[in-house]
Amino acid sequence: MGQEVAFYTLAALILGFGVLVVTARNTVHSILFLVADFLCIAALYVLQGAPFLAVIQVVVYAGGIVVLYLFVVMLVNLKRPPEAHRDRRRRGRLGVVCALVVLVEMVAITAYKYVSPTAGLPPVTTMGPNNVALVGAALYQDYLVPFELASMLLLVAMVGAIVLARREL
Amino acid sequence: MIDLLVIPLIKIVIVLTGVLITVMYLVLLERKVQAWVQVRLGPMRVGPHGVLQPIADVLKLFIKEDVTPVRADKFVFTLAPIIVLVPAIIAFAVIPFGSTVSIFGKPVPLYVADINVGLLYVVAVASIGVYGIILAGWSSNSKYPLLGGLRSSAQLISYELAVTLTFVSVILASGSLSMVDIVTAQRANGVWFAFVQPVSLFVYFVGGLAETNRAPFDLPEAEQELVAGFHTEYSGMRFALFFLAEYANMIVVSAVATTLFFGGWLAPFPTVPFLRVLGYVPGWMWFVVKTFLVLYVFLWIRATLPRYRYDQLMRLGWKILIPLAIANVIVTAVVKVALSY
Amino acid sequence: MEPDVARQMFDTDELVINMGPQHPATHGVLRVVLKLDGEKVVDADVVIGYLHRGVEKLSENRDFTQIVLLTDRLDYVASAAANLAYVETVEKLLSLEVPRRAKYLRTILAELQRLASHLVWLGSHAMDIGAVTVFLYCLRERELILDLFEEFCGARLTYNSMRIGGLPQDLPPGWDRKALQFCDIQIEKLAEYETLLTHNRIWLERTRNIGVISAADAVAVGLCGPPLRGSGVARDVRKDEPYAAYAEMEFDVPVGTRGDTYDRYLVRLEEMRQSVRIIRQAIGGLPEGPVMGKVPRLIKPPAGETYHANESPKGELGFFIASDGKSTSPYRLRVRPPSFCNLQALPRLVRGHLVADVIALIGTIDIVLGEVDR
Repeated sequence: MGQEVAFYTLAALILGFGVLVVTARNTVHSILFLVADFLCIAALYVLQGAPFLAVIQVVVYAGGIVVLYLFVVMLVNLKRPPEAHRDRRRRGRLGVVCALVVLVEMVAITAYKYVSPTAGLPPVTTMGPNNVALVGAALYQDYLVPFELASMLLLVAMVGAIVLARREL
Repeated sequence: MIDLLVIPLIKIVIVLTGVLITVMYLVLLERKVQAWVQVRLGPMRVGPHGVLQPIADVLKLFIKEDVTPVRADKFVFTLAPIIVLVPAIIAFAVIPFGSTVSIFGKPVPLYVADINVGLLYVVAVASIGVYGIILAGWSSNSKYPLLGGLRSSAQLISYELAVTLTFVSVILASGSLSMVDIVTAQRANGVWFAFVQPVSLFVYFVGGLAETNRAPFDLPEAEQELVAGFHTEYSGMRFALFFLAEYANMIVVSAVATTLFFGGWLAPFPTVPFLRVLGYVPGWMWFVVKTFLVLYVFLWIRATLPRYRYDQLMRLGWKILIPLAIANVIVTAVVKVALSY
Repeated sequence: MEPDVARQMFDTDELVINMGPQHPATHGVLRVVLKLDGEKVVDADVVIGYLHRGVEKLSENRDFTQIVLLTDRLDYVASAAANLAYVETVEKLLSLEVPRRAKYLRTILAELQRLASHLVWLGSHAMDIGAVTVFLYCLRERELILDLFEEFCGARLTYNSMRIGGLPQDLPPGWDRKALQFCDIQIEKLAEYETLLTHNRIWLERTRNIGVISAADAVAVGLCGPPLRGSGVARDVRKDEPYAAYAEMEFDVPVGTRGDTYDRYLVRLEEMRQSVRIIRQAIGGLPEGPVMGKVPRLIKPPAGETYHANESPKGELGFFIASDGKSTSPYRLRVRPPSFCNLQALPRLVRGHLVADVIALIGTIDIVLGEVDR
């Protein structure tokens, strides 16, 4: 009962902050709401018995990535939005495409669960308190190759960004 | 019910008041230590040797006018000091001040919570504090605070990496992320991690100085350059919140250093027979003494060293501390694996 | 994406920052308008005049004796140096002979003043770079110098310590011994400052290769005093055109090699040692005799003009005085203030450095706004 109340409260908060992120007029406010959103998601993880994931969520997203967003917003002159953002019709079309993609994904995930209910990781509640070890095992044993590939990809992206941003090449 | 709600609540209240009082007297201690180093007396007027000075300071800050600049973003401007202070205080939740003691026949552990990702929790909480600083700088709508805010956020992010990497080596050495387990691992080990992980201790301490914006890394508030950095436009109680947060953070850094490297609540020299008597001193006292020794080093360094320049500080972080910490992680891992064979 | 496009997209503005006149680190009411690209200084504009009191014009309505106390207010951390430069100029105009004892005492006072001024400089320079403790240590020793001055002339800051033709009074008994004691203390404490700074890695990083100016540039900009010597030009008025008793003193003129902030720091520290050396020599060889020469009751120099310069702690401090021969006040008095001339180099020094270096560089040229604005 308490769990469910907490879950639905958090879910409502997450959605509410999500809406505020896209509707806030001020970009900095928008980012603030995004941080609040991430913190709520972290709380959701705690509720699901995954404190490690929750903490990582805060460290990586709230503590790392969004700070960089904030940097960019504060440093780059945002008085005039770029051309692409001002085209309302193009923006609408993009929105529809994105919404469709998310919808398809959600349907796929739900359908997949019906097809094979036992697929994926075991439910977190059975992991016991020490799910740090389990996350570690999953990342470095079961899914080592995808994990390393992903980190490779991120490295390439980082190098690319530096090359683009450097003034003198 | 008592176990679930009342005892944690009492503990939270005790820790909170303890932290606030310690902060007040840490400020006095800092002024006194600085004064002694600089052949001065420090505060002497309020109470004997100035012991009531903190109370006078707090009263003064309370009755001061709380100015909000006209063109500031009022919402963010008000929020920023709170964002800085809250993480600094909630980090104390996972710090073990002592082992379990028995009160009225009831075993009571001397920490608010022992979660199995305690150390990461500290990192996560610390990473939220940076928002307060950067937003304070931005919302003031003024140039010096903006520069100060940018400086400090860049500084915090850079040094957080190094500090977190030192945590990794400590975790490797102890085999756990829980603060309590890390202390017990040091007891089992027979030697504090300060001696097992000297490189980690060094990187952690330098990083801790930088993360708490202390000299020689006190650039965000370098008064000679950026007036008062990100909190230039703050006054009264809201300024006091920043002040409180800075000192609370110092205590967090020292407390974590004590826990990770100096055996937490453990008495020193457990193996020397005639010093066994030290073991009769309660554990939490050892913890307080060790924490204050680390804090003293903070103050000592501030009185001794000039200030780094921004780019030099970044270079030190990225080109020296982070590679050093990574190398240390690798060496620790290799040694650990080698020992297990 | 082409780099050009990237630059346009992430277009950053230049930030114009007013540093001063109300700023904790501009040493008084100096205003520097900085144009910043990020934290890098693109350009700097020095705005002065906030402390202008019209000393030169005021002098035209004071008689020659009264002007001595106006000179106190020029470089108020080294007023004896300004006193000396002024009275010597008038003496030159009058062709007055000053007793030898007075010359020696003037040398001692000027060198004590140099020590006091350099101590203030070192303290505030170090504090600007964040070493607050050095500041308090320096002021501790400066306090002893002020005590010596107080005992000699009763004042601690604006001494009015020289008279045309000599000194207002002889030394109080025992003063010379105290001065020698102070010399011992000072030499010892200099080592203390050096342990805090000279080999400190942070200090080195903050001062090495910061604000480098070559010897040729330094001469071209018109630098004088320690900043000029820091660039390796051994120009010292005390050696080149000796005044007071400097011709009879033995001392070295330290010079730098790289012309950076660290060299200027070393030069000034060595100068402090040399000052102690001069004071010891002067007290050791202090001649007996009167301290005041034969001076007419009414000082009315013949028509003519003259220029005379001293090596003040900040550099070449010169006075130009034109007399019409009819009045007891100068027809025109002009001060060549070293701080003003050295300040000219500031924009050149700071360009390309970071904001934090601006503070270090204002410190390294050692200005006093009282002298810059007059």
